[in-house]
Amino acid sequence: MINIHNLHKKFGKNIVLSGVNLDIKEGGIFAILGPNGSGKTTLIKSILGMVIPNKGTINLLGKSIKNNSDYRNKIDYLPQIANFPSNLKVKELITMIKDLRGNKTTHDNDLINQFKLEPFLDKKLGNLSGGTKQKVNLVLTFMFDSPIIILDEPTSGLDPISLLRLKDLIQSEKSKGKTILITSHIMSFVEEISDEIVFLLEGQIYFKGTINELKEKTNQTDFEHAIASILTENHA
Amino acid sequence: MKNIKVFFTLFLWLLCLQMVCAQRIEVCKDCGITSLKEAILKAKDYDTILVKKGIYKEYNIQIDKPLTIIGENYPVIDGELKGEIITIVSDYVTVDGLFIINVGTSYTEDYAAIRVKRSKHFEIKNLVLEKLFFGIYLEKAEDGKVHNNKVIGQAIQEHNSGNAIQLWYSKKISIQNNIVQHVRDGIYLEFSDDCIIKNNVSTNNLRYGLHFMFSNNDIYENNEFSKNGAGVAVMFSKKIKMYNNVFKENWGTASYGVLLKEINDAEIIGNTFEENTIGINIEGSNRIVYKNNDFINNGWAIKVRGACYTNQFVGNNFLYNSFDISYNSNINDNVFDRNYWSNYTGYDLDKNGIGDVPYRPVKLFSYIVNRTPETIILLRSLFIDIIDFSEKVSPVFTPDNLMDNNPLIKKIP
Amino acid sequence: MLKILKYSFYDLMRSRWSYVYFAFYLLLGIVLLFLNNDLSKAVITLMNIIIVLVPLIGTIFGVMYYYNSKEFTELLLAQPLNRSSIFLGQYLGVAFSLSMSLILGLGLPFIFYGLFKSNAIWDFSLLIITGTFLTFIFTALAFNIALSNENKIKGFGYAILLWLLLAIIYDGIFLMSLILFEDYPLDKLSLIGTMLNPIDLSRTLILLKLDISALLGYTGAVFKQFFGTNFGLIVSFIMLTLWVIFPVFRIVYKSKRKDF
Repeated sequence: MINIHNLHKKFGKNIVLSGVNLDIKEGGIFAILGPNGSGKTTLIKSILGMVIPNKGTINLLGKSIKNNSDYRNKIDYLPQIANFPSNLKVKELITMIKDLRGNKTTHDNDLINQFKLEPFLDKKLGNLSGGTKQKVNLVLTFMFDSPIIILDEPTSGLDPISLLRLKDLIQSEKSKGKTILITSHIMSFVEEISDEIVFLLEGQIYFKGTINELKEKTNQTDFEHAIASILTENHA
Repeated sequence: MKNIKVFFTLFLWLLCLQMVCAQRIEVCKDCGITSLKEAILKAKDYDTILVKKGIYKEYNIQIDKPLTIIGENYPVIDGELKGEIITIVSDYVTVDGLFIINVGTSYTEDYAAIRVKRSKHFEIKNLVLEKLFFGIYLEKAEDGKVHNNKVIGQAIQEHNSGNAIQLWYSKKISIQNNIVQHVRDGIYLEFSDDCIIKNNVSTNNLRYGLHFMFSNNDIYENNEFSKNGAGVAVMFSKKIKMYNNVFKENWGTASYGVLLKEINDAEIIGNTFEENTIGINIEGSNRIVYKNNDFINNGWAIKVRGACYTNQFVGNNFLYNSFDISYNSNINDNVFDRNYWSNYTGYDLDKNGIGDVPYRPVKLFSYIVNRTPETIILLRSLFIDIIDFSEKVSPVFTPDNLMDNNPLIKKIP
Repeated sequence: MLKILKYSFYDLMRSRWSYVYFAFYLLLGIVLLFLNNDLSKAVITLMNIIIVLVPLIGTIFGVMYYYNSKEFTELLLAQPLNRSSIFLGQYLGVAFSLSMSLILGLGLPFIFYGLFKSNAIWDFSLLIITGTFLTFIFTALAFNIALSNENKIKGFGYAILLWLLLAIIYDGIFLMSLILFEDYPLDKLSLIGTMLNPIDLSRTLILLKLDISALLGYTGAVFKQFFGTNFGLIVSFIMLTLWVIFPVFRIVYKSKRKDF
């Protein structure tokens, strides 16, 4: 599905990715983890074409993404910070994104229902709270039916009920056979939903496999401790 | 009784001379007399010669007796480029309604279509002159009228073209309602005093629309001078009056509405200077009154070069000129008062129609342009506005006392 | 691109700043025309104001819009859209809405004053055309600055510096060098100097209209050809167009290589 080969990226003198090789098969939930500044967001943005790599190739469904924008039709992306043009109303934003993606069949109404967004549809985005914005953000992401979903910190600002809904949503998308990439700092959330984890450290893939494999590798019974042990080992 | 008889005879004879006996001679192709020359030869004093429509190929026609020559339906006198066409050497001559063409060109002699030489009381009117060297040339003439003529030249170069109406050592001449164009100088006065130049239109001439040299006490009013190579030049003359003339569209490096050089005691009132490179260029001219003139859209409304003293600029409108006044020294002895300046940005709090802050019409930038002409390209730049402003606040280069203390708030109608 | 343009334009048309800008020009037009009652003077004053103010507003507004819509841009980047169409769309959105404010803000009072019956309509058209060109040029330059500077403060700094440079400092240096080299033939140099600064270029167009009498007082043959014929007008418009095209190309070039 996604094949990344020898990906390098630096911002100025700061090397962020140095030779990432990653193959992600079709179907399943993949969590991309790593300490702050390990290159998680850069990796995701490289896949989305927002960051242009210095070296290396990214293939999506067998095609290179270089100088191409159509492949993004296959991806739904939830950005980390949800900040929208403040003059637009929620309804208009949804219509606009649909318009920009060429008016494909969507299920935005279901999602609006699920997240109880009806009262906000005629409000301007600038007047919404952070949590509500995040809900709008989720609607925008999940209303399309693309084979790949990328979620950058999807849990931020969500109330417990919405969090529950999100988890359901992710599971139901998975059951449709979609490939889902998630970054998150909430370890319990990752442990609960992810099938496989990819651990980034100092610009490289340190580990890729299931949570159980990670626990075995680090000789820890607990996921959070396993992660912590990787970090202390490498900083010692 | 005998005395009475003699007196009566004399009276009759005089009457006859003036009215009855003054003959009318007709000139035409089929008449007894077929040329103007022949007619003049046969005519007696005070006769009238009527020239019928036709083409008469003649030149060097000398009118040596008091005659009235009238053309009917504009007969053509064609000089065939051989020389001067008509020369008047007698007093009391009237020439009316001829179409004179093809005056000879010479580098040694100033051939004219019609010349008046040492004569008085002449009238030259309703003529049309074309293809000429000089048009109407008055030489030591007096008390004459040049009215309603139309002179159209084809001047291309200055050295081999002449002037439309030229006065040399002439006095008390009235020049009115003429149209002169495409010659070297439209109207040229040299050593000619007490003349009136009125209602003429002088356009598209190679050099000057009107040219004054060493001529005093002349009046010119209601004339229009436009698109002339260098505008109008008034030089070395005294007591000239210029009223209500229009000077327009004289564009070029050395072009101006009016050039004043060594002029004293003149009055320049009610004229309009519009779209000239320089409205009035003043050099060494003193005691001149400039009143109620309009300066509109000129490059420089007034450019003062050299010493000019005790001139007065009162009640003029300065509208949208690139530069209002340009000075090349920082001494000023001229008065600017109660003018309207469209560039004035002051205010009138006491509502008396006069701005509360004086206006300084000389900008620093005009000095810079005088020095380095290419800098004109920076006109209206913000940077230039800033340096002009700082000069306005504390004058260094411009005359300290050069200002209009009573700038008007509203345009003078 | 047209979709982005549409949304950017709508977004801006609703923003407070567009109204402020529009209201400013409206007020300026009304004050100049109705308190002055002199159309020619109003047009001259406006020209003086426009060649300085439009670039300032264009740069500041362009930079501001870019930084403010950064997150929105990121949202768009994740959509199946070309980068060049995203940025050109935004650029055109800003440039069009600024031009609209200018044209309507100045146009309305002039129309009410009776512009169509007056012969100042040509001066006014030139004014509007120049203003629009300047808006497009300086918005493009602003986007260039913003695309090259992640730091907002730095971006604003450069934008103001750019304006100061082109509106004032450039002319100061220009004037100094003309005076310094006054012994040499300068007419070509001075024309080239003008071409290299869009504000000077617009000023030249206005000079052609307002100060032709003064310009023709200068002797240089090149000057004469430039100002005395339509040559100057044509060259100036070509240069203004190039001043739009090059920064726009750089927007496309930069945006393709930028990381977000």
